[in-house]
Parts: sequence; structure tokens; C-alpha cells
Amino acid sequence: MNLKPDTLRSIDEAITHYPVKRSAVLPLLHLIQEDVGFISDEAIEWVAAKLELQPINVYEVVTFYPMFRRKPIGRRHIRVCRTLSCAIMGGYRTCAEFERQFGTQKGEVSPDGEVTVEFVECLASCGTAPVVMVDDELHEKVDVAKAGEIAARIKSEAAARK
Amino acid sequence: MSVPQQRRLIFAHIDEPGYTNDLACYLKHGGYEVMRRAFARQPAEIIEEVKRSGLRGRGGAGFPCGVKWSLVDRKSGKPIYLVVNADESEPGTFKDRYIIHQDPHQLIEGIMITCRANDVRQAYIYIRGEFPEGARILEKAIAEARAANLCGPRVLGTDYSCEIYVHRGAGAYICGEETGLIESLEGKRPYPRIKPPYFPAVLGLYQCPTIVNNVETLCHVKHIADMGGEAYAHIGTPGNTGTRIFCVSGHVQRPGTYEYEVGKITFGQLLNDVCGGPLPGRQFKAVIPGGSSAKVLRWGERYRGRRKVGAEFVEYDWGIEDVPLDFDSLALIGSMGGSGGVIVMDDSVNMVEALANINEFYAHESCGQCTPCREGSLWMKRITARMVHGGARGEDGALLKSVADQIAGRTICAFGEACSWPTQSFVAKFGEEFSGYSKNDTEGGTPLV
Ligand SMILES: Cc1cc2nc3c(=O)[nH]c(=O)nc-3n(C[C@H](O)[C@H](O)[C@H](O)COP(=O)(O)O)c2cc1C
Ligand code: SF4
Ligand code: FES
Repeated sequence: MNLKPDTLRSIDEAITHYPVKRSAVLPLLHLIQEDVGFISDEAIEWVAAKLELQPINVYEVVTFYPMFRRKPIGRRHIRVCRTLSCAIMGGYRTCAEFERQFGTQKGEVSPDGEVTVEFVECLASCGTAPVVMVDDELHEKVDVAKAGEIAARIKSEAAARK
Repeated sequence: MSVPQQRRLIFAHIDEPGYTNDLACYLKHGGYEVMRRAFARQPAEIIEEVKRSGLRGRGGAGFPCGVKWSLVDRKSGKPIYLVVNADESEPGTFKDRYIIHQDPHQLIEGIMITCRANDVRQAYIYIRGEFPEGARILEKAIAEARAANLCGPRVLGTDYSCEIYVHRGAGAYICGEETGLIESLEGKRPYPRIKPPYFPAVLGLYQCPTIVNNVETLCHVKHIADMGGEAYAHIGTPGNTGTRIFCVSGHVQRPGTYEYEVGKITFGQLLNDVCGGPLPGRQFKAVIPGGSSAKVLRWGERYRGRRKVGAEFVEYDWGIEDVPLDFDSLALIGSMGGSGGVIVMDDSVNMVEALANINEFYAHESCGQCTPCREGSLWMKRITARMVHGGARGEDGALLKSVADQIAGRTICAFGEACSWPTQSFVAKFGEEFSGYSKNDTEGGTPLV
């Protein structure tokens, strides 16, 4: 595993938070995913060795929790809330607009590698529905027009990088 | 009847211009003074105050907080843990989010008062994975508090030490269920544990006695320690004390969070007067009062019966607008106050589609341990999805009910009830839409599946 020194430091710190090493499985997986982008077989084995577990103990966690992924995603992660309060305020149309803007489908990396659009369940911001997370940032009241604005911003940031 | 005023105890500083989430701001507003006073008292006195306050848990079940604390096994010789439930995953609920992001020190003060009262030396805040910013804010706030000797080693110069750590979930709703949460905190799949024997108060985290409380509940503890249990019990109504934050979402003019004394505001006042009523040209159709797991109510319904008020029984005859928003009244009319998430649907909503949306959530979130829940939630999803996509059959309403009836009461955890109640209540209350389902029954709505 080729992890950044900062990640390794945070990993060692996280393990001290628990009387039982196994408790650090989720924190370690988060730290590795933030660093590398996804959880590879190698990462599973590395975490298992680090916490003195069998790889299956880590694997079963990775495969259960929706936030852990086994494959890389697009450069930006667009998570649209699918649940009732957002849906009745237009969340499905919002999601379709993101798919259209990036020529992609839910759960896939867009052809330019720029985004992955996904449906997620209630993000606990139902009063400002429909809501969307772009990476770690929450966007509120994202109707189709606002989805277009967010998409335009992502595209112009991508163009500026090139 | 005039509309009551909000009573903002927990949300006193939420959205207040200039109020920031750092320690300096909290201290400037009198922060940690209550904790200092509480630390000068005997721990047992604080537990007594919480018992006297009548505080009921704000996470969903409404269980009396003081009773929960008194069930903790204190003779086991094992450490006692506090686990703060910051999973906030019940659809329709969005109150803990604001406490965590805007007033984290209020929560930490509540945590420290609770820990000291219960001789807890280690607390974990289990925060849902989708609050990355919230987790960073809490970590910073804990570091500030620790540097100021408000948690960590030898708190406030006493010989009492207590650490608080933040633990992030990873997108699974079942981690909100307290024993699933504990399994998750132990680094495993969040498979809920069976009770008995695994009551957290006896066999919780690492098989040690454990208190699990919701974020809002612990903030109330701070205010109880401040004003005393007796004074707190005068807020709200008997048996339903204190304030509660209602999270209103969906089809109203002014959705948002509103903090009221429990039982001092009715559905009609909250939805019509406070939230501005239905959207232009629309009428209310249905409301789910306590998060998506609570049974749906039909706008226009009447409820009649006898209820206990103090020592006497009195007759009640309520239109839905008249129902006071407290735990007991909502239970009386066949639903629940749950997590305080009020989801409002107007006449643009097709109820089969709405249920299909809810069923998709539960099918996705069942942990899969119990056959009735794993299979049943999936079947209910498939039936409602099929109906919406043109394959509705006359018997679907009855079929849905029969599947739902075979889940509730036959599972390890209350998710079984949570996933069957929506189906049972939607079919019971909007039967005509389920028996003669047609896609075009409503107009102007947006897709829900
Ligand atoms: C399926 C399910 C999901 C739950 N989700 C949450 C949640 O997200 N947040 C929460 O505080 N309680 C949740 N609960 C309730 C907890 O199990 C527990 O009762 C609560 O955290 C206790 O705290 P309180 O007594 O302060 O309310 C959930 C319960 C069930 C059955
Ligand atoms: S009721 Fe459902 S969520 Fe709860 S333990 Fe059983 S399968 Fe899991
Ligand atoms: S339903 Fe979308 S944030 Fe709750």
C-alpha cells in the first residue's frame, strides 16, 4: 500500500481511540478511501494485517456499507437524494438533469472521467429538498435549473484544470 | 386559538447571525457554566434531576431517559460507555444536523454532564458518514474543549477523566438502531442484536454496560441540569415534557425546523399557521408525523375515543388539525411522534408512487438477518414498483398488506415494524388508490420512483 504520510499518521492515531483494534475498521477504510479513492483487495488485506484480523472480516464490512467502493469513481462525486421528501420536491428530475449534463448514467463514471452521479438515501436535510452532495459539500433546493448551474461550474473547473 | 410561540431551548442559537461554532463564541454565551455547576454536585443528583424532568428520548422510541440511565448495570465492574447516536438517518429528520454543525459545544456540554453523572470515562459520537463536515466540526470542538480542560484528563481540575471520540458511519440506515450501531462501532456489519439478552444497559459496546442516546436528547440534559428537573417538567405537558424540534418537509409553504413545547401545538397550527399551509392551488392529502417509519395519516380524518388526562379519562373528538403533537396523542391516533420528522404530501402525490418510494428505501436498508424483513421488504418494493410501471393487479393492496403483516413482530429489531408500518397504513388509509390503481390519478406531481 502506498499511503500518504498524513494518512498513515491518522491511521495510527485512529487505532488508539479504541480498546479493541477491530473497532478501527471503519475509520481506516474511510482514511484509505479518502487517500486512494477506493478500497482495493490490497487495501483490504493491508487493513486486516494492521488490525490483526482476517481479510474476510474487513471484506464483509466493505461490501455491506454503501459508502465504501471497490472501484474508482469520477473526479467529482455527485450524490442526489432519492428519498421521499426530496422526491416529492423533484429529486428524480434533478438527478436526470445531472445525468443529461454529463452524458452518463447513475453509478457510472462519465465518459470524460469527470463525475460519478449516484442516488443516495435521505441526507437529513429534507427541509431544503431536493438536496445534492457534491463531494463533501451539501447543496440545497437543487431544482433542474440549479443542477444546470452546478454542472456548469464543475465543467468550467474541469476546463480550467486542462 | 392563537398560535403558540416557539420555545427555542435547543435551537436558541441556530441560524443566529454572528453565532459561530467555536468555543470562544459558546463561552461568550455562558457555555459550560451548567457543566461547572453540575460537576460541583453529586452524580446521583443529576440522574435524579433527569428522572424528575420526565425527558423522553428524541431518537425515535420516546423512552424515558432517566429510566434508561437507571437500568445501567453499575455493579459489573466493567467500564460504562456512552454512545451518542448522531446517525440521523430516519427519512424526514433533520435536526441533529443543525446542532452538530452550528452548536457542537452544546452537545459536548450535554455529553460531559451525562458522562460524569453516569461515571462514563469514554464516549463515542457515532455520526453518519454523509456528515463529513459535521465530523470535522465535532473533532475540532472536542479538541478545543480538551485544550480548555472541559473534557479529557482530569476535567476541570477534578480527578475525573473522560475522552470523547468521533466515529463515522458509512451510509447504512440500520446503524441508527442502537444495537446495530454498537456492532458497527465494534468494526463489524451493523447486524442488530437480539434483546434479551443484549440490552445495551447491560451488554452493550464490548459487552459492557452502555448508554445510547440521541444528540437532541443529550442537549436537553444540559438544560435539565441548568434549570432542574422540576422546572423542566413544567415545560410541555404532563408525560410529554420539554420542547421538541419538529422537522417539517414536503408540500408546505415554509418547511424547516420549529421548536415547540411538546403537546402545546396542534397539527393544524404547525402546518397551516407556522408552515404557511399548502402550496398555492393545492390541498393537503397525507402527513407522516414522525419520520418515514411512522404510520401515515390522511388529511381530513377524525379520531374519537377516551384518553387519560392526569388521573381522569376524557372524551376526545379530533379532526386531524386538532391533534396535539406529543408522543401519547400521536400514539392514540395510531401513529407515532418518532423522530419528529413531519413529511407532508399534497394532492399532487400519487400514494402508490409515494409508497413505492418508501419501500425502495426499506428494501435497500434491511440488514438481511431476518428472513421476513429481508424478503418482505424486497417483495413490497417489487409489488409497488410493478404497480407504478404498469403491472398493477386488483389484488395488490391485499397482497401488500399480507406481506407487511407477516414482518412486524417477527424480527430481531424494530426495523421490521418500521418497514411494514408504511405499507400497512398506506393501504389501509388510501385503499381506493391501491385497488383501482392508475398512473394518472393525480396531476402535476413529480416522479417518485
Ligand atoms: C431502524 C431504526 C433506525 C433508527 N435510527 C435512529 C437514528 O438515526 N438516530 C437516533 O437517534 N435513533 C435512531 N433509532 C433509535 C435508536 O435505536 C435508539 O432508540 C435511540 O438512539 C435512543 O436514544 P434516545 O433514547 O435518546 O432517543 C433508530 C431505531 C431503529 C429501529
Ligand atoms: S428486522 Fe430487518 S433490519 Fe432488523 S435485524 Fe432483522 S433483517 Fe436486520
Ligand atoms: S429525503 Fe432528501 S434529505 Fe431527507
